[in-house]
Amino acid sequence: MATPTGIEPRQRSDELLLLVLVAILAAGGYLLTLLSERTELTGSLTPRLAAVGLLFLAAHVAVRRYAPGADATLLPLAALLDGIGFIFVARLDEDLAAAQTVWTAVGIGAFIVTLIVVKEARALERYRYTFALIGIVTLLLPTIPGIGREVNGARLWVRLGPINFQPGEIAKVVLVIFFASYLIEKRELLSEMTRRVGRVPLPEPRHLGPLLAAWGVSLVIMVQEKDLGSSLLFFGVFAVMLYLATGRGAYVGIAGLMFGVGAALAYRAFSHVATRVTTWLDPWPDASGQGYQLVQSLYAFGSGGFAGTGFGLGHPEKIPNAATDFVFAAIGEELGLLGAVAVLIVYLLFIGSGLRIAARAERPFLKLLAAGLTTIVGVQTFIILGGVTRVIPLTGITMPFISYGGSSLVSNFALLALLLRISAESDVDETLLGRDAGLAAVAPGVRGAS
Amino acid sequence: MNDRIRHVGLALTLLFVVLAGQLTYLQIVDADDLSEHPGNVRKVLRTYAEPRGLILSADEKILARSVGTTTEFQFRRLYPTHSLFGHITGMFSFTFGATGVESTFNNELAGRSEDLQFRNLGDLLVGKEHAGTVVLTVRSDAQAAARDALAGRAGSVVALNPKTGEVLAMYSEPGFDPEPLSAHGQTDVRAAFDTLNADPAKPMLPRAWREVYPPGSTFKIVTATAAIDHGVATPERDFPVLTELDLPLTDRSLKNFGGSRCGGTLVESFRRSCNTTFGQLGLDLGEKLLDTMADFGIGESVPLDLAPKPARSLGPQVGTFTADAPKFAQAGIGQGDVAVTPLQMALVTAAIGNGGVIMTPHVVREVRDVDGVVVNRIDPEPWRTATSPETAALVRDMMIQVVANGTGSRGQIPGVTVAGKTGTAQAPGGPPHTWFVAFAPAENPVVAVAVLVERGGGESLGAGDEATGGRVAAPVAQSVMSVILNSPPLPAG
Repeated sequence: MATPTGIEPRQRSDELLLLVLVAILAAGGYLLTLLSERTELTGSLTPRLAAVGLLFLAAHVAVRRYAPGADATLLPLAALLDGIGFIFVARLDEDLAAAQTVWTAVGIGAFIVTLIVVKEARALERYRYTFALIGIVTLLLPTIPGIGREVNGARLWVRLGPINFQPGEIAKVVLVIFFASYLIEKRELLSEMTRRVGRVPLPEPRHLGPLLAAWGVSLVIMVQEKDLGSSLLFFGVFAVMLYLATGRGAYVGIAGLMFGVGAALAYRAFSHVATRVTTWLDPWPDASGQGYQLVQSLYAFGSGGFAGTGFGLGHPEKIPNAATDFVFAAIGEELGLLGAVAVLIVYLLFIGSGLRIAARAERPFLKLLAAGLTTIVGVQTFIILGGVTRVIPLTGITMPFISYGGSSLVSNFALLALLLRISAESDVDETLLGRDAGLAAVAPGVRGAS
Repeated sequence: MNDRIRHVGLALTLLFVVLAGQLTYLQIVDADDLSEHPGNVRKVLRTYAEPRGLILSADEKILARSVGTTTEFQFRRLYPTHSLFGHITGMFSFTFGATGVESTFNNELAGRSEDLQFRNLGDLLVGKEHAGTVVLTVRSDAQAAARDALAGRAGSVVALNPKTGEVLAMYSEPGFDPEPLSAHGQTDVRAAFDTLNADPAKPMLPRAWREVYPPGSTFKIVTATAAIDHGVATPERDFPVLTELDLPLTDRSLKNFGGSRCGGTLVESFRRSCNTTFGQLGLDLGEKLLDTMADFGIGESVPLDLAPKPARSLGPQVGTFTADAPKFAQAGIGQGDVAVTPLQMALVTAAIGNGGVIMTPHVVREVRDVDGVVVNRIDPEPWRTATSPETAALVRDMMIQVVANGTGSRGQIPGVTVAGKTGTAQAPGGPPHTWFVAFAPAENPVVAVAVLVERGGGESLGAGDEATGGRVAAPVAQSVMSVILNSPPLPAG
């Protein structure tokens, strides 16, 4: 294996160690769930879980081979989330879990292919309009009659032969690549604040074009596909990236204003939006009707309490869609506040690693891309977890790496591969210095052992 | 751009802190409300996921046990004695909730009480069951004797130990079998419940402590106690011999049963259950009668370890004597506004037998853990003092006369002195209710009993005469007391 600087194997051995820890955690959780005797789990999934473990090992080998200098924490964190997701999906529905292992395999396949194909992340900048086209087309695919399918009231599925998938999941990654390169190119222009209202500097109205376009697209997603979650995610990530590119808080304010207007219009115009909001404000009057899902979710969290019932000892089967949108309620019930907050911390660590990669990337495009990709994970997680805990209105969207869902897993693994690729490209010397300082402080002499 | 990246990181962290805050609210602050919410099926599923402990009679007969099922609710309750202990064990119903001991000792039966929790790490590691066994004070032989003696007649028998408050028998006829109501098939359970509920005989009503009746002449125990305590009469005070007593301010009068003439000393009047004498005492006592009634716990909430709680017994309103004196003449003979539960009458009787002190009645003797170790024993505890030992002794002597050679002769038990009082209480809508209350042995009682046979006066030949209570209810009491007096002492728990 090529080790240009001699430091990479150390990161890879860290990664391997973390993956082994994750494997122990996941196997332990799975074993406890099996032992609970309360679930229908038969143990027939054990070989598949072992296979998933081997798949992550394969991913690790691929990183060693194709991005040896990449960040050591992201892959283990993703594996941990994937493992928790597998345990909970398995405990709720063995068939889904079997399918989930296949999707994890496809996802890790996508991860490896992305690492191989994208040799240099900076090269992505060149294909920006191709990505824009792919993004818009995939985003709007489900609205085309004939191939679009409506599931649970949202039209975000596409049927191609035997496979159903949510193209929106792919669109979000592709569009972030486009946003990153587009915004970096235009950032000088967009940063110009030519007007003021009072003391607040405002951009030239014609520079609001991109923001308006994004707003329009997110409205289309909301209206045509009834997919509030993706709509919010799409617009939110764009607004954050606009801020990252220009440094102008005014955009965030304007975006917030536009979002408010859009939400108010939608609330008045569309009953499905109004229902979500009413249910969010007070789910109890219609606890057996529109509020049913949310109320069942709240029951699950409340019954879990501080320490939870333990793996396999709760009743998450009472929550509708517990394997997909509401998987966090199942976690909250069985692992309690401790487990739920631990999962939040895993996501925060993931976000932290992602943003650190962004901060260390040399090129503005790569910084913006890494930050944008990380923002997807952060905002998407907040949207779904906020929804099931009644912080914000509920919008159906998957929980990254945990929820059952093929398209989501595949796109998240591709996203992960891109982040690792960017981290491998960042200034090695700078990384090295920060790393050495940290290590020396924590464990002097450790380096000498390697 | 790194500053901005840091801002984004900060903003995302803030969002996650909000999530953690909301989780804390849901899982700590609001957790109890959410997990106990009636709509949250988890509580019910948890309740049925583990076997509950046994309920045993004082003589160790199994009254309730859990058996496994193949449904989502993993365990259900069986009641091998069916309706004999139905009111006391109560039911454990998914649809209608729990009653009786199943309700009041739910934590112990479910193993959730502190006494039954793991006491060492070993127990925790082997996942030891900790459902408790609840042992009653009620004896299955006495309970069966009560049922057999009532012989299908609507009514109630309450027998208790005057010195400890332990309920030895408490049976109401008709009873109900809690087993069909504790099944899991919703439709069947509902149908069984509806049938019981629609039955005009009210089988689910525990008459012993949930229904009030006019006590009739058995109430003369209270009137006599009040008269002696308040210095209104001594046992030797002489009362005029009358057939009826004119009631003041009315054109009505209070008659002796069957138009008989009676009077003489208080002892003699008590022995013959003379209404004119006790009506006069009611008038003489006035509001003071109410004080003594309160001392006996009438109008108070009787503490009892069963659900639903005992009904309150009633008397005339305080402060109404000047406005309506005849009501107090009626109260003096246990009619009019006086209405009591059979349990209350048993407590009145027990008070006389126990030197004036009423012990807190209870049906549960102890709680045992899975190893049979007693973790909680219900100790005797005085509830209230009804009268002085001296007055109690005087009233007791009068009650001995009632059984020895008065209206209660059918309550006699060979070789045992029984102190008792009969009652035949007029009630609108049918024949009178018949009562008999007693305790034995009179010198050192181990049992006090109250028997009520609803509308038992219909069994007598003519219009209900005062002997009716003696004829109908006294044999029931005699039979239950005999079982309790003749059987070997209970095994020390």
